[in-house]
Amino acid sequence: MKIKYASFLLVSLLSLSTAPVFSQSTSDEIAKYREMIADGNPSELYEMAGEELWKKPAGPKQASLEKCDLGLGPGVVHGAAAQLPRYFKDTDRVQDLESRLMTCMQTLQGIAQQDVINGAFGKGIRKDIEAVVAYVVTHSKGMKIDVPATHPKEKEMVALGKKMFFFQGGPMDFSCASCHSAKDQRIRLQDLPDLTTQAGAALGWGAWPAYRVSSGEFWTMQRRLNDCFRQQRMPFPIYGSDVTVALSIFMANKGDGGIVQTPGLKR
Amino acid sequence: MNTLYVRYCTTAVLLSCLSLGAQAQTADPKFEAMLKEGFRAQGIAGLDRLEQDRIQALCSDPELRQTPAAQKVLIEEQSKAMAAIQPPADGKYLGSWKAGEAVAQSGRGATWSDTTKTPNGGGCYNCHQINKQEISYGNIGPSLTGYGKTRGTSDAILTYTWNRISNSKAYNACSNMPRMAHFNLLTEQQIKDVMALLLDPESPVNK
Repeated sequence: MKIKYASFLLVSLLSLSTAPVFSQSTSDEIAKYREMIADGNPSELYEMAGEELWKKPAGPKQASLEKCDLGLGPGVVHGAAAQLPRYFKDTDRVQDLESRLMTCMQTLQGIAQQDVINGAFGKGIRKDIEAVVAYVVTHSKGMKIDVPATHPKEKEMVALGKKMFFFQGGPMDFSCASCHSAKDQRIRLQDLPDLTTQAGAALGWGAWPAYRVSSGEFWTMQRRLNDCFRQQRMPFPIYGSDVTVALSIFMANKGDGGIVQTPGLKR
Repeated sequence: MNTLYVRYCTTAVLLSCLSLGAQAQTADPKFEAMLKEGFRAQGIAGLDRLEQDRIQALCSDPELRQTPAAQKVLIEEQSKAMAAIQPPADGKYLGSWKAGEAVAQSGRGATWSDTTKTPNGGGCYNCHQINKQEISYGNIGPSLTGYGKTRGTSDAILTYTWNRISNSKAYNACSNMPRMAHFNLLTEQQIKDVMALLLDPESPVNK
């Protein structure tokens, strides 16, 4: 059931507009609105579904994900999201949560990664992954972001991610940095974290995945990156590709030590 | 709207294009490979969008672009950009401010979820305060409220404003503002309408 927050917000904003509205008070009102709805985050529904999927036998091998190693050992979910992305010896690559789940789905359940990559956000197998993501990140909530990136491949990916962050392209010359490299910036009334600072990166990395009220959907970090690239007028980033993982570890490493606030709640 | 790309050099050959010597950014095959494998074309957003022009390549490197050699190249690019700007064909700079407000409000166009039939918007409110009645505005660019009121409509101001909208990088190579005419994001008429929004004394921006 979708709850109509939009009209509530409109009423709050209209009640402010008797005098010239200063943007700071509008931002404060939005922050208050968020606090009000934070108690009862629809992400919890995804989390419950995700826990079931974690334990449910699936795929050609009819196995559950309960032996999936997210970096802390097979089946360990508590604290796993907080230390991702990281290097994995068995795949010899740096992986984020979603690409690692694809690995587990392939090796444990026999579900081909390419089928998952070829899917679409919010549908079918990808919707299942989104639920599992909600489940996994909930079990890191409140912990510290632990991505020191000490392994040489992690260091390399952080550097590649940084380069991608500043990469300008497309017909609007946008890079991630166009929006996310200065403090107190916003597009319309949407605040933009400064991802080049520890505090900003902790806020950005630490608050996604999140339930997005405006679209009534749970968005993982892969989806958030995908929509950023769309708005940047770039071509389509491939799900779980190194580009997306490099950007993720760049942000996570920059925000190292910050607090994991996922699953979050966004406009 | 189809976009037009002028490719000068990719990051991989930046060194030779710039002749900057030992300090220059070297080719990065791992990065190039990551880019190539990481994206696919979708809708109107093709892989050619990952090919950088000279300005994009230089402005993508926050350290390199500060160097004197890079600054020299960027100034050259600014002049080139300025020389390429087309003034309005009929010599009339101002269109309709009402239409301009609609262009400023719309952030549509050029994404993979748009088509070539989608009328592009300017996305102006994403970054600028314009008509103060509109409270949902961004702050990445300066406020344009009272733009015409403070500046008047001399030839110099008409030309400057036209140039800024057409190709902001003619004034500042690493400007954050999209190049509206250079990449055919807005039509000549749309730019005239945005000009009117900013400069027409009847526009709410100037009241």
